[in-house]
Amino acid sequence: MASAETNPRRDGAGAAGTLAAPLALVMRLVDWPMRALQRLIGERRMAYVFILPNLAFFSLFVFLPLVINFVFSVTGGAGLFPSERPYVGAQQYAYLFDCGSFLDPSSCREDHFWRGVYNTARFTVFQVTAMVLFSLLTAVVLNMKIRGRGFFRAVYFFPVLLSPVVVALTWKWILQRDGLLNAALTSLGGERILFLVDPSWAMFWIVFVSVWAHMGFYTLILLAGLQAIPADLYEAAEMDATPRWRMFWRITLPLLWPNMIVVIVLALIKGVQTFDEVFVLTGGGPGTATLMIVHYIYETAFANQVQNFGLAAAASVVLGVVLFALTLAQLAASRRKGAA
Amino acid sequence: MQRKHWISAVAATAGLAIGLMASTAFAQTTVRIAWYSDGNEGEVLADLLKRFEAGNKDIKVVLDQVPYKAITENLPVQLASGQGPDIARVVDLGGVARYALDMRPYLKDASYWEKNFGPFLPWMRPEGDSSAITGFMTQLTVTGPFVNKTLFEQAGTPLPGPKATWEEWGKAVKDVAAKVKAPFPLAMDRSGHRFFSVAVSEGAKVFDDKGEPAVIDEGFKRGAKLVYDWHQNGTMAKELWGSVSGTAYRGANDEFKNAQVVMYQSGSWQIAQFDKTVGDAFDWVAVPSPCGAGGCSPMPGGAGLVAIKTTKSPEAVAKVMDYLASEPVLSEFYARSLFVPGHLGIAAKGLDYAGATPQGKAALKVFSDQVAQISPAAYKLQGYANNRVIFNAVISRLGQAISGEGSLDDAYKRIESDVAQQIAERKK
Amino acid sequence: MSLVTKLATARRKPGRWHWTDIAAYAYLALGVVLMFGPVLWLGMSSFKTQAGLLEFPPSLLPMSQKEVTVPGQSQPLPLFEVTMPDGTKRVLAQVRRIGIQAQMIDPANPGETVRVPIEGRVPVREFKLATENYTEPLERFAFTRFLWNSVFVTLIATIITLIINSMAAYALSIYEFRGKTAVMLMVVGTLMIPITIILVPVYLVITKLGLVNSLWAVILPGAATPTGVFLLRQYMLTLPRDLIEAARMDKASEWQIYWRIVMPLAMPALAVLAIFSIMWRWNEFLWPLAVLTKTESYTLQIGLNAFQGELQTQWHYLLAMTVVTLLPVALVFVFLQRFITTGIANTGMK
Repeated sequence: MASAETNPRRDGAGAAGTLAAPLALVMRLVDWPMRALQRLIGERRMAYVFILPNLAFFSLFVFLPLVINFVFSVTGGAGLFPSERPYVGAQQYAYLFDCGSFLDPSSCREDHFWRGVYNTARFTVFQVTAMVLFSLLTAVVLNMKIRGRGFFRAVYFFPVLLSPVVVALTWKWILQRDGLLNAALTSLGGERILFLVDPSWAMFWIVFVSVWAHMGFYTLILLAGLQAIPADLYEAAEMDATPRWRMFWRITLPLLWPNMIVVIVLALIKGVQTFDEVFVLTGGGPGTATLMIVHYIYETAFANQVQNFGLAAAASVVLGVVLFALTLAQLAASRRKGAA
Repeated sequence: MQRKHWISAVAATAGLAIGLMASTAFAQTTVRIAWYSDGNEGEVLADLLKRFEAGNKDIKVVLDQVPYKAITENLPVQLASGQGPDIARVVDLGGVARYALDMRPYLKDASYWEKNFGPFLPWMRPEGDSSAITGFMTQLTVTGPFVNKTLFEQAGTPLPGPKATWEEWGKAVKDVAAKVKAPFPLAMDRSGHRFFSVAVSEGAKVFDDKGEPAVIDEGFKRGAKLVYDWHQNGTMAKELWGSVSGTAYRGANDEFKNAQVVMYQSGSWQIAQFDKTVGDAFDWVAVPSPCGAGGCSPMPGGAGLVAIKTTKSPEAVAKVMDYLASEPVLSEFYARSLFVPGHLGIAAKGLDYAGATPQGKAALKVFSDQVAQISPAAYKLQGYANNRVIFNAVISRLGQAISGEGSLDDAYKRIESDVAQQIAERKK
Repeated sequence: MSLVTKLATARRKPGRWHWTDIAAYAYLALGVVLMFGPVLWLGMSSFKTQAGLLEFPPSLLPMSQKEVTVPGQSQPLPLFEVTMPDGTKRVLAQVRRIGIQAQMIDPANPGETVRVPIEGRVPVREFKLATENYTEPLERFAFTRFLWNSVFVTLIATIITLIINSMAAYALSIYEFRGKTAVMLMVVGTLMIPITIILVPVYLVITKLGLVNSLWAVILPGAATPTGVFLLRQYMLTLPRDLIEAARMDKASEWQIYWRIVMPLAMPALAVLAIFSIMWRWNEFLWPLAVLTKTESYTLQIGLNAFQGELQTQWHYLLAMTVVTLLPVALVFVFLQRFITTGIANTGMK
């Protein structure tokens, strides 16, 4: 993340220190066997020891399930255990890709899957753009010499702590037919707007709510980047009478770029994974206007009477492959740009 | 392998910790009931179970109250993996029937069950089984409309008579809503049961002569067209059917309580809450199911309490079920939760809903009388093991058509292919 | 965009107001309203009665209709402000409503009955908190058990996550070893995979381990977060290597270097992960719902949602219980706010 050569804040370390006192004792005790182990296998191979616990959990609860998931995707039926499911080859994938035209979801056999794909893509693009713009703006404002910066920082951050369900419920309570927003509109003499029944409004609000809920985190990352930019760079530019907008393009943005990459990557991941928030707020509606891909997978696997784990798994494998490619491409991009 | 050992060590420690944490009662058989509630029925049941425990010291009954979501989405997975409860309150009777316990060997008097729960027992039987007794209906639901009579009076429009058609009701409520400025002339829950209460009245048969699903017929189309047109001409607001995707349920009970709905096609389970919350604000009445080309049938439905076959103590389970299904206990349960009885003996005697207001009592009477109007087609659909496949496909696709994603004809095609695909998947 | 360079100008002209200052404060004020408002609204709504929640336009504060006891009437009667035919207004109590006519009496003069059309009356209301929204469900459910379960899950899971993630991040940032690229690829590759889509396979693993209905079934699967490893590794990469080399010279063991040198230095990043882990675990809903079926093992999120039925959502309870689950998070935030925000922000401070 950001470059940091300095020590953490004292108060923070202190607080954690008192909390972790018994833990420290345990860690000291662990040192004896660890030292012996190190003598046995050498310094370099200690890496495996460090990585082992995480890898064990990871293998058991992420990697193994992914393999089972793949097995699901090539089997059919309504059975739960892989042994109860007949092998069907690539049939589930064939269902997913059975389309008259990939650009027209209604020509597809699994039209909801494709609607989910397009909705998620559209949502993610809007959401990431809005997220970057607003968190950048907020970070810049918070970086100014303002009174009560800590307070305002906290204000923007606190929705990050709310659960997706709470976030959605909060806004649903405001956006529904008889909600606060419509009360405000009608008292100003306007007409009621059914925000969650109109496809465009629904898409607008899920982006809005998503930015509302997660902006604080990204703002802090960008704020950290802004604060790391040496002030003398601006002072030097000022000497040369460089216009301010130019300073922003020439100094702020390039130096902020590594943090921007982090923000974009994380926001993109979150965007594609979006489910609970939208599920509670719009239920994927109106029609299927805000049906997200993860929602489709969840509905296929759980909500139907015949729980179709095979088709859901195939869809999630497709999603996984796309996401993996996206992540790699992004990391490659960030490495190149970050070095520049 | 080392990894596995490590994990199982953690697991063992975990098990120990949990074991110490949980208050274990010794020399007692524990029976666990997974239960969801719409109203106060969970409290009523807990009360009744306390009495059972007092009389049966050797059995401990634990009532696990869960959100409804856990029953529809997670219970099937738990049952399939053998991790289910001993007894569960379920709505997807046909889906859960495969995991149900035939209690006949354990029941005190199986003929009592057959006599009183006869018409409903097949709903809870695994496919192909025609004699098992697996549970009883905690609640028989009957679909039907509630009408805000005060709005009719304010508009000066007379209430359509008992044999009025859906079209006549549609016109009347639209007229009333226009005069009193109510935003929802007609509201109907986004649910398969509610839709089929219209479709069956319009003559939908749902199955072909061989008993296989043939969902789209002329009757179905008449029903779908009605609902579709109501949305187009403003008789129905898009907020229920058009606002969410997939199989999600949406109801208009809050809007009805708030006097924004003139006529609300829902069902008997709403009575308890209307009785409690509407109070004196307006007069509401339940009216008989409107008619169509196929008659005036409501849809039956409801939640059953089903014994699960993986239980370790079927005797204890049967004992609990015998107690809960016994006439005095069940009468009290229905009466206190304001449910339409799913017990023929109790239904024949009539229940005194002591806790209800006169309005509530009148509505309960209307719905109880409606039970006799249920057509064979409606019974057949409710008894069909894969009926939720049909319901879900209809909700999802009709909802899309209503919100403008494709035409009704597209919806028909999709409904047929959705149903065929899912049933094929189950048969694999 | 000129806001951006305010940093430079503000330093040299302190005390003078530039339009950007005003714009900044306006933006921040708007932020306070927009960020706090909705949650505040949720909180206030949770104190409204079931009927109060339904009304439109909604009242700002929780209100309920005033009632009076009138001699001769067994029940307290609701009070209305009635506009009489002559245009005067009177406060009357309603005895009953028949159709679209209401029978009202004057509480001061109970003998006389007035008939009023129902459109002509407006309820008289007073401020009242519907605390029963909170007390009723809390009495019904084993609240302290749920709370304990949630706290247990959150704390233990966070500790496990912090330890194993930081160990892995340490290995991935400090060492060169065979298979490192493969491990990194795995971490990065799964960064994007939401747990929702592998719910069923994970459930099968848990079943095979015999952990269903144990709190460990909730704790263990999410412990090895790729996000945590990624975050910590990125941070540890920026730590000065010579510090570690120096410690090795001093014969410190690798474990000591990890625990005594790298961990304290990585404290800001650890704090960020800790707060996120606490939040994830506290708010988790779908997964616990799948693996916990016994009342005694419910977490708050599951237990307090039990009144969500098939056909009815009891909004007044739902909102109140949402506030209850929100409170601990709010408390954590109030006390650790500085630590949390500076943890993220100060990672780059000079």
